[in-house]
Amino acid sequence: MAQRKKKIIIVGGGLAGLSAAMKICESDQAEVTLVAYQSLKRSHSVCAQGGINAAIDSKGEGDSPDNHFYDTIKGGDFLAEQPLVRDMCYKAPAIIHLMDRMGVAFNRTPEGHLAFRRFGGTLYSRTAFSGATTGQQLVYSLDEQIRKYEHDGLVQKMVWHEYLGAVLDSKGVCRGAIIHDLRTNEIFTLAGDAVILATGGPSQVYAGSTASTVNTGAAATMAYMQGAKYANGEFIQIHPTAIPGRDKLRLMSESARGEGGRIWVPKREGDTRDPLKIPEMERYYFLEEKYPLFGNLVPRDVASREIYDVVYNQNLGIGGQSMVYLDLTHKSKEFLQDRLGGILDIYKKFTGDDPKLTPMKIFPAVHYSMGGLWTDYETDSAGMIEPKSPRNQMTSIQGLYAAGEADCHYHGANRLGANSLLSCIYTGLMMGPGVLSYAAQVSKSTEDVPSSVFDDAKSYWTGRFKSISQLNGRENPYKLHRDLGEMMMANVLIVRDNKTLEKAFNSISDFETRFKDVKCVDSNDWANPTPSFINQLYCMIQLSKIITKGALMRDEFRGAHYKPEFDLKQPSDFDPHEYIHYQEQKNFGEVKDDAFPKSHLDYMKRFEANNNKWLKTSIAQFEDNQPNITYADVNTSLMIPRPRKYD
Amino acid sequence: MSQKTIKLKIKRQDNPRSKPYWQEFEIPYQPLSNVISCLQDIQKSPATANELGVNPVIWDCSCLEEVCGSCTMIINGRVRQACTALVDQIESPIVLEPMSKFPVVRDLMVDRNRMFRALKKVKAWVDIDGSQDLGEGPIMADSVRATRYTLSECMTCGCCLEACPQYTKDNSFLGAAAFSQVRLFNLHPTGAMHADERLEEVMGKGGIADCGNAQACVEACPKNIPLTDSIADISRQTSLKLLKDLLLK
Ligand SMILES: Cc1cc2nc3c(=O)[nH]c(=O)nc-3n(C[C@H](O)[C@H](O)[C@H](O)COP(=O)(O)OP(=O)(O)OC[C@H]3O[C@@H](n4cnc5c(N)ncnc54)[C@H](O)[C@@H]3O)c2cc1C
Ligand code: SF4
Ligand code: SF4
Ligand code: FES
Repeated sequence: MAQRKKKIIIVGGGLAGLSAAMKICESDQAEVTLVAYQSLKRSHSVCAQGGINAAIDSKGEGDSPDNHFYDTIKGGDFLAEQPLVRDMCYKAPAIIHLMDRMGVAFNRTPEGHLAFRRFGGTLYSRTAFSGATTGQQLVYSLDEQIRKYEHDGLVQKMVWHEYLGAVLDSKGVCRGAIIHDLRTNEIFTLAGDAVILATGGPSQVYAGSTASTVNTGAAATMAYMQGAKYANGEFIQIHPTAIPGRDKLRLMSESARGEGGRIWVPKREGDTRDPLKIPEMERYYFLEEKYPLFGNLVPRDVASREIYDVVYNQNLGIGGQSMVYLDLTHKSKEFLQDRLGGILDIYKKFTGDDPKLTPMKIFPAVHYSMGGLWTDYETDSAGMIEPKSPRNQMTSIQGLYAAGEADCHYHGANRLGANSLLSCIYTGLMMGPGVLSYAAQVSKSTEDVPSSVFDDAKSYWTGRFKSISQLNGRENPYKLHRDLGEMMMANVLIVRDNKTLEKAFNSISDFETRFKDVKCVDSNDWANPTPSFINQLYCMIQLSKIITKGALMRDEFRGAHYKPEFDLKQPSDFDPHEYIHYQEQKNFGEVKDDAFPKSHLDYMKRFEANNNKWLKTSIAQFEDNQPNITYADVNTSLMIPRPRKYD
Repeated sequence: MSQKTIKLKIKRQDNPRSKPYWQEFEIPYQPLSNVISCLQDIQKSPATANELGVNPVIWDCSCLEEVCGSCTMIINGRVRQACTALVDQIESPIVLEPMSKFPVVRDLMVDRNRMFRALKKVKAWVDIDGSQDLGEGPIMADSVRATRYTLSECMTCGCCLEACPQYTKDNSFLGAAAFSQVRLFNLHPTGAMHADERLEEVMGKGGIADCGNAQACVEACPKNIPLTDSIADISRQTSLKLLKDLLLK
């Protein structure tokens, strides 16, 4: 008898979900149900502008996947899981070629090969791009492949549906998903051999972010509340250059700096002159001055901190406001139109000013979560990722997988620009064979799951939504969300200190109290988004606890998590190679007292002690309505963690 | 001192079968507002100019930066995206209506599934042998890439169809967006291997021959996609194919 096809439920139609769906469909061993809030072409991944990294070295600069690996690990301040990152960087060139074969309109060289540009945190031109809408172009080409599979009957799309939670059997194994039809408001269960969460990031926990409206992180948080580990939640990336706005802070892509954009402020406090009338000598190009090597292309955490410092500590924000200039006016209009047309149009559309003629005004905004659901992986005897292991990308709930921005291992404490699109596609593709092996192992037992498991899940969620829709308190949920987001902006952002974090953490219980007094402000029983939103808001409150408590407990400065109190104060003439020598000397016996300048040796000892304590993945688990945070070792077997330096 | 406000007149509909009705809203003015932030303000205190506690207005949105196509609606009589409709740049009162060529789901939210079905029908994809590593993609001139990129920015928003006199709720016209996608895929070296299959799909009922060349579509497209060029090009490709099919018979 022919074996039945495996049933895989994928939640999310962004790059991660689509890649996983494509990989699984092409095996012809499984039927895929793809669940998403909105039509897949409208997923958040379309927002990505700048590009996607792969060390193809088309310019003969001597780039290699190993360099890409090094930059990513260093950019992430050594918190990323090294075997996974290495595999991702090694696979990156093939991923770009695959996307190219699928028809992505990547920019090209005069000879017709792929063109690459520079991005932050590297000295190589490693970023492939498709105009100014790389994410959109990648999503579309994957969506097109999925449309083909839909045409062939291998995928069932379930858009306008919301994933509410996993169906867990009595042993805690994931056996399917609870789904909410966002039009009829009907709640039902889907049985599956495995469930993949490719549900994106949680930036909506903050009021000022570059994220799409659907990025509430609710699905991952729900997994956490069902027992999955949530890792490195406190590492939130703040993008240095966003455009001020009321409904959203739109991103000004890093590519603006990659193509020569310069960041500056007037040297005189409160200078209100037209920027074009401010002579060169009276401008302070603070990134170029402080970081002569990387200049405007220092990694995001560094750039955001410097902008913050210039604006709040030195009071040099433009006209006294919290903004700095990002200037492209020294480049020709033709060049700008060709290389950056799309993103410059966005700026013009939303501010009325033309960046080709006048410097843009920008400020940092919440952008990305390095943390997410903890996932497993398996290596072979050579330390490479075992391609068919069912453990790859599995969360700590058996049968429940995570990929894309919803996972946690690829970017450490700070993500490099153009590495996220890569990690989304990489994880989606990489996990496919493992998910199928897992499904093959469990497919028999899937049939034996008692129907009560599904009935119970359904009745729990039906009951929960019924009571939500009857809530009749005084708090408007949308307003409460805004207030929560503003609290997070004010207290858990670029510069962190324990007093403020403690206050912030305690204030979350006030939000929980206010949540109990929420009113379901929409009474329609058709296509009513408010009950869902209230449920997501509950998740966002839980997630804000993970982020804030993680930040409070982590007493160090690493990547995007900046606590000045714990800055190890690297001596300005320190060279990171000294640390490698220091480690070598240690390994061979003793470090001689005069081998290094004393201040350097002291610094290296501080650095080492700090790493022993804090170079750990933080793991949050849901206990008694609170995140219980513990720390797990990071696999640093391939590259010795060392101090970062970009000047 | 009277506070500056924003006035909105919104066409509402509770479900696909119920009758539409109008409501008026007035909210405090704030700098940098767009239609989305107005709708969000209404969500935060849902009340019309003369009635407290109405249901918030429902609309579709996601990216808020005009790349996802979700928030398309008719604003002051013109079809466009709500996220790029800046309050300072449009007339008050702001009149919002759902698109008229698609079934209303609720209020300003419509069902554009027909557009995705059209993409399936015209086989808007490149057939590849699989995702295994087969090396580099085809060499392509950057000028071809540039043309393809312009076409590929189509975000399936439906503005072109809303504006098109030929596209109605009850016919099967495929519409400019789908024709333009045929051109996109026929321009790709690998996609071109299946060009005929795509052309066949636009040669029947509801196909390219039904286009009246009114050119309303191209004016409505927020992404400046050269739709009339695409239509002309696909007409040419289909004519050639007809001729070829005749000769080879
Ligand atoms: C403005 C901006 C620009 C960026 N630019 C770049 C760049 O140039 N390069 C780069 O590498 N990265 C960039 N990033 C980061 C990158 O875009 C994202 O990290 C990435 O797209 C995330 O993809 P994803 O597949 O994980 O999830 P998403 O694309 O966010 O997709 C999530 C999917 O899950 C669905 N979903 C979520 N929850 C549920 C639920 N409960 N039920 C049903 N469906 C659900 C959504 O509908 C959606 O389909 C950028 C990010 C932003 C905000
Ligand atoms: S040219 Fe006219 S009839 Fe043809 S698709 Fe455009 S608007 Fe419709
Ligand atoms: S062609 Fe233009 S108007 Fe038509 S759907 Fe695409 S983006 Fe929208
Ligand atoms: S919300 Fe995406 S286009 Fe307006």
